[in-house]
Amino acid sequence: MPRETPSTEADLLLEFKSVNTYYGDLHVLKDVNYAIRRGEIVSLLGGNACGKSTTMKTIMGVVRPTRGTVLFDGEPIERLSTSARVRRGIAPVLEARRLFPRMTVFENLEMGAYTRKRGSEFNEDLERVYSLFPRVKERRNQLGGTLSGGEQQMVAIGRALMARPRLICMDEPSMGLSPLFVEQVFDIIQEINRQGTTIFMVEQNAAMALSIAHRAYVLQTGVVVLSGTAAELKENPSIREAYLGELQVNAAA
Amino acid sequence: MTTADVYLQQVINGTSLGAMYALLALGFTLVYGILELINFSHFNVFMVGSFVGLGMLELFGVEPNAAALTGFALIGVLVATFAVTMLASGLLGVVIERVALRPLRNVKGPAAMITTIGVSYILFNLVLLGVGADAKNFPSPLPSISFAIGGAVLRLREILIWIASLLLMGGLTYFVQFTKMGKAMRATAQDPDAARMMGVEVDRVIIMAFFLGSALAGAGGLMFGLYYNLTSYVIGFTTGLRAFTAAVLGGIGNVPGAMVGGVLIGLIEAFGSYWISAAWADVIIFSILVLVLVFKPAGLFGRLAPNKS
Ligand SMILES: Nc1ncnc2c1ncn2[C@@H]1O[C@H](COP(=O)(O)OP(=O)(O)OP(=O)(O)O)[C@@H](O)[C@H]1O
Ligand SMILES: [Mg+2]
Repeated sequence: MPRETPSTEADLLLEFKSVNTYYGDLHVLKDVNYAIRRGEIVSLLGGNACGKSTTMKTIMGVVRPTRGTVLFDGEPIERLSTSARVRRGIAPVLEARRLFPRMTVFENLEMGAYTRKRGSEFNEDLERVYSLFPRVKERRNQLGGTLSGGEQQMVAIGRALMARPRLICMDEPSMGLSPLFVEQVFDIIQEINRQGTTIFMVEQNAAMALSIAHRAYVLQTGVVVLSGTAAELKENPSIREAYLGELQVNAAA
Repeated sequence: MTTADVYLQQVINGTSLGAMYALLALGFTLVYGILELINFSHFNVFMVGSFVGLGMLELFGVEPNAAALTGFALIGVLVATFAVTMLASGLLGVVIERVALRPLRNVKGPAAMITTIGVSYILFNLVLLGVGADAKNFPSPLPSISFAIGGAVLRLREILIWIASLLLMGGLTYFVQFTKMGKAMRATAQDPDAARMMGVEVDRVIIMAFFLGSALAGAGGLMFGLYYNLTSYVIGFTTGLRAFTAAVLGGIGNVPGAMVGGVLIGLIEAFGSYWISAAWADVIIFSILVLVLVFKPAGLFGRLAPNKS
């Protein structure tokens, strides 16, 4: 349900306004603008080293923009600590999952709820994660580092949900997963979104990303070169050429 | 004394020394686990702790020739002395972190480690200036009760060291395993960036690691005084290096490893002193340090490099 109506301020959950992020002298994000509305799945596409993870780090406060503003729920957050951002309702699913390897699955989920009080809400959230991922429940006493890649991704997503976030930022959730798992993970992402959580998702797998996203941005060497609804981008010839090569192969087969 | 009695005596001595080394080793391991920093100032936090303990005992009127305490008075004095010593040492650790190490947090290379050596010498010299170079008598509030087990002797001081160490190590294990802060410490040790992204305030975790490690070192310093009936500004380096060896032996960064490593080093010291001579005990211990570093740098139980991605 891509919305064509122009977004109003109240619709916007996350906004980048002319954001410029550097690592030392390396200028990574260049005057970047994003506008993510409540309830959307927005995908961020782009080749290697174009600044996708840096976008996520800028949202989480791991790096801070040198110029520009990041608004969450209408308020500037670019000076807040990571912990304050998590408290406001932004949770990450990190690149390469990054579970705590020598903590159990349950403890990993607890860490996701770190900024929250332990109580009935914690139990509700836990039940929600277990019902989305029955496999996670089965593995709850196993150490994070001993899970398969797909199981780790489930825990990583569950861990983000434990923060009861309004926005989940996912960095390449399909990375390193078998096609079957990728499909499962994307189904779950859609389900989480239907339950009301906004999702901003970096993906290299553009075909999969566009199949569930409402809208997408395309980043090239730190500049947003294209944006639009998923349907528009799927039809865009340069996108088809640059990112959807496998679709054409599939069509030819 | 039969050979079995002698061995039993060495086990009693070795486990008491070892419990003390274990407490000290935990401080190295807690800080290393989180910052990958070998904190040499820890040596002399231990030494300062022993002087704080001495001061507290004197404050309570415990003197070399005073009558030993009993019952609740004894327990009260011991608990208060341990509590104040640990609190003061813990705060000293926090001050060291805050003043000397935090400004270097993002400096790569050995700067922070060298700073800890500097801080260690500052503490060393401050105590030398303050109390002088002579070893100080360390009065004990404990009645001189001892039990004969065969030909071996078990004194109250060893029982006290065992009980206090078990309580402290049990408490630490509980804290690290089950409390929210303890879990944040483990998470930070395993993946600091990911922990921060969960909302963990990593600076607070670091402060906690310094506080706990230093408080345990202070308890160790107090035990040192109660065990040897003396303390001096020089005790930090020798005892600290043995405890550091214990931490490396158990796998630095590994909490149970530090406990086991400490007891092993204590037993090695006791049996080495008996079989060869006390003078050789350090030779043996530091040979073990070198051998572990060369052949098994992750120690007996592993955990040298926290998983860096
Ligand atoms: N901590 C850092 N310090 C210095 N440079 C960095 C740092 N992190 C990233 N970079 C550089 O910034 C640029 C953008 O990196 P980023 O991780 O955002 O890329 P990406 O789009 O996520 O790439 P990929 O698809 O490979 O994950 C790269 O050139 C990278 O080398
Ligand atoms: Mg990336």
